[in-house]
Amino acid sequence: MSKVLVLIEVSPAGEIRSTAAALLGAASKLGEPVAVVAVAPGSGASLVEQLGSLGAAEVFVGESDLVGKILGAAEVQAVTAAVAATQPIAVLVSNSVEGREVAGRIAVCTGAGLIMDAVDVREDAGRIVGTHSVFGGGFSTESTIDGGLAVVTVRQGAIEERAAAAQPVVTSVPLTVDISSAGVIDSVEDVVVSSGRPDLRGAATVVSGGRGLGSKENFVIVEQLADALGAAVGASRAAVDAGYVSQMYQVGQTGTTVAPQLYVALGISGAIQHLAGMQTAKTIVAINKDEDAPIFDIADFGIVGDVFKIVPQLVDALNASK
Amino acid sequence: MKIVVLVKQVPDTWGERRLDPFTGRVDRESVDRVIDEISERALEVALSLKDKNKGTEVVVMSMGPSSATDGLRKGLSMGANEAVHVLDDALVGADAGWTSAVLAAALKQTGFDLVLAGNESTDGRGGVIPAMVAQRLGLPCLGSLNIVEIEQNSVRGERGTENGTARVHASLPAVVSVTERTPEARFPNFKGIMTAKRKSLTVLSLAELGMEPTTVGGRSVVLSTVERPARTAGKKIVDEGNAGLELAEFLAARHLI
Ligand SMILES: Cc1cc2nc3c(=O)[nH]c(=O)nc-3n(C[C@H](O)[C@H](O)[C@H](O)COP(=O)(O)OP(=O)(O)OC[C@H]3O[C@@H](n4cnc5c(N)ncnc54)[C@H](O)[C@@H]3O)c2cc1C
Ligand SMILES: Nc1ncnc2c1ncn2[C@@H]1O[C@H](COP(=O)(O)O)[C@@H](O)[C@H]1O
Repeated sequence: MSKVLVLIEVSPAGEIRSTAAALLGAASKLGEPVAVVAVAPGSGASLVEQLGSLGAAEVFVGESDLVGKILGAAEVQAVTAAVAATQPIAVLVSNSVEGREVAGRIAVCTGAGLIMDAVDVREDAGRIVGTHSVFGGGFSTESTIDGGLAVVTVRQGAIEERAAAAQPVVTSVPLTVDISSAGVIDSVEDVVVSSGRPDLRGAATVVSGGRGLGSKENFVIVEQLADALGAAVGASRAAVDAGYVSQMYQVGQTGTTVAPQLYVALGISGAIQHLAGMQTAKTIVAINKDEDAPIFDIADFGIVGDVFKIVPQLVDALNASK
Repeated sequence: MKIVVLVKQVPDTWGERRLDPFTGRVDRESVDRVIDEISERALEVALSLKDKNKGTEVVVMSMGPSSATDGLRKGLSMGANEAVHVLDDALVGADAGWTSAVLAAALKQTGFDLVLAGNESTDGRGGVIPAMVAQRLGLPCLGSLNIVEIEQNSVRGERGTENGTARVHASLPAVVSVTERTPEARFPNFKGIMTAKRKSLTVLSLAELGMEPTTVGGRSVVLSTVERPARTAGKKIVDEGNAGLELAEFLAARHLI
């Protein structure tokens, strides 16, 4: 079976990021998944069992003292070495800030073509085909690479497929990383999201708040409704800019794209750039005191009214019915 | 210091954006085209350095169709010193590999100490060009900076990712991409618009960059394009005191709780 490389994202603490399962799942649709990790010498072994349980048939460990100290270069080197060693048909990388930079550089180094921000992948007569959701889901396209290796960045939270567990074969190689052309990491603040809420990407329910919440303190009602629904919290750019929540929660054109079963928009006007990040949700609910707010044009259930009156009543009703 | 800012022209996000159903490419005819907001923020980073440090030279560079001139002119009227437009019929439908090769060649020809770009464009959302350009030029890339601090021989700043932030630095020359956490761009003023007319706007073809279309040929192919049906409005009520309860019933009826 053809091999498919998956670049595994590893946190500064040395843990496998949650994107690994979906990437290995996507790889299993195309061929035999080979996990590639770049780690400090000696710290790869502890990851092998977990990668096997997520479906890696092989684990390719690139070792360098510089991992975590420079931007991306060790990861690029690890994948480039693994490409030479395994002759894969595709390389899958998370469509994250770090992942897509690494993906672009791998494409340059290996002469591969890029399939960007795929929400699904399949193999068709030896070619890798990626599905894309363009302009906020307004269009769906399929693309492929005209001959040669495909490097695919996979949208986080988009792939439901999971690979069957395997007993991986392990290969470890030392990496020679050129530091003259590398960005240097001075310090890292890895925010551990310990809210207990589901991840915004891939969440079945999302409750988002906008500028209409008025303050950071008031934004708590968004969290209360999210918790009553078991939902992830999102926000508009205006709410992020106003400092109600961190940028990681931004939904929209330049934030996260979500496609949940249920999306609840609280105090969000529905600017076109916000809609671009959530309009493919199955069911959309909006509460806004302006009856002309554009969010109502796409809402399955719209309520013209004050979030501070309606949300507490809803939360009480939800909690009472539990 | 010479800073080249990579600006991309995109369909205005405020309008209805479309794909051509036959080519799968962005339909650039039926919509307003503007400089991507994120490229304007990258330009703002360069211009605010120029405000403080008169020796700073700012070049705006774009690869795109003839209409990209408008965006470059706007960059000049905001305060850039000169503009470079890579324009060639062979570039229609260029993919990321091709675009990055052409921009890298144009940057080499123009010369620079620092390249500034946006972290991700609003049409393609690829977020790969700055890193690919850096790789082709053999330079460090500091991607997705929320804060950019430019010094004599180095650049540093705060990088934002899904998992938090990091402090990073690189020596110059380097490529930097910025996020929308960097300050909003200034508007061109009257004086800027008047002086822009006298500034130089160089147009470069592939031949002038010493490139053959075949050496950089694109490899990414669109197979199909389907438009999703537009969403329509559903039920809308005005709260008369029990809308929260009605919403709870709606959610229960749809098995969403
Ligand atoms: C290139 C570009 C990219 C962008 N990317 C994004 C993006 O990724 N995500 C994003 O969200 N935006 C994005 N924007 C910004 C977007 O254009 C809007 O400015 C933003 O979405 C507005 O956020 P909002 O709806 O929270 O604020 P507003 O538009 O100010 O709306 C607030 C709403 O709250 C309502 N309200 C006020 N008080 C109450 C109350 N007590 N009860 C009920 N309702 C109340 C008001 O009626 C109003 O409709 C982008 C813009 C550009 C140009
Ligand atoms: N055709 C282009 N011309 C100039 N700059 C570009 C072009 N394409 C991309 N860029 C730059 O690269 C950034 C990221 O774009 P992308 O990788 O396409 O998401 C943009 O914000 C621009 O700064």
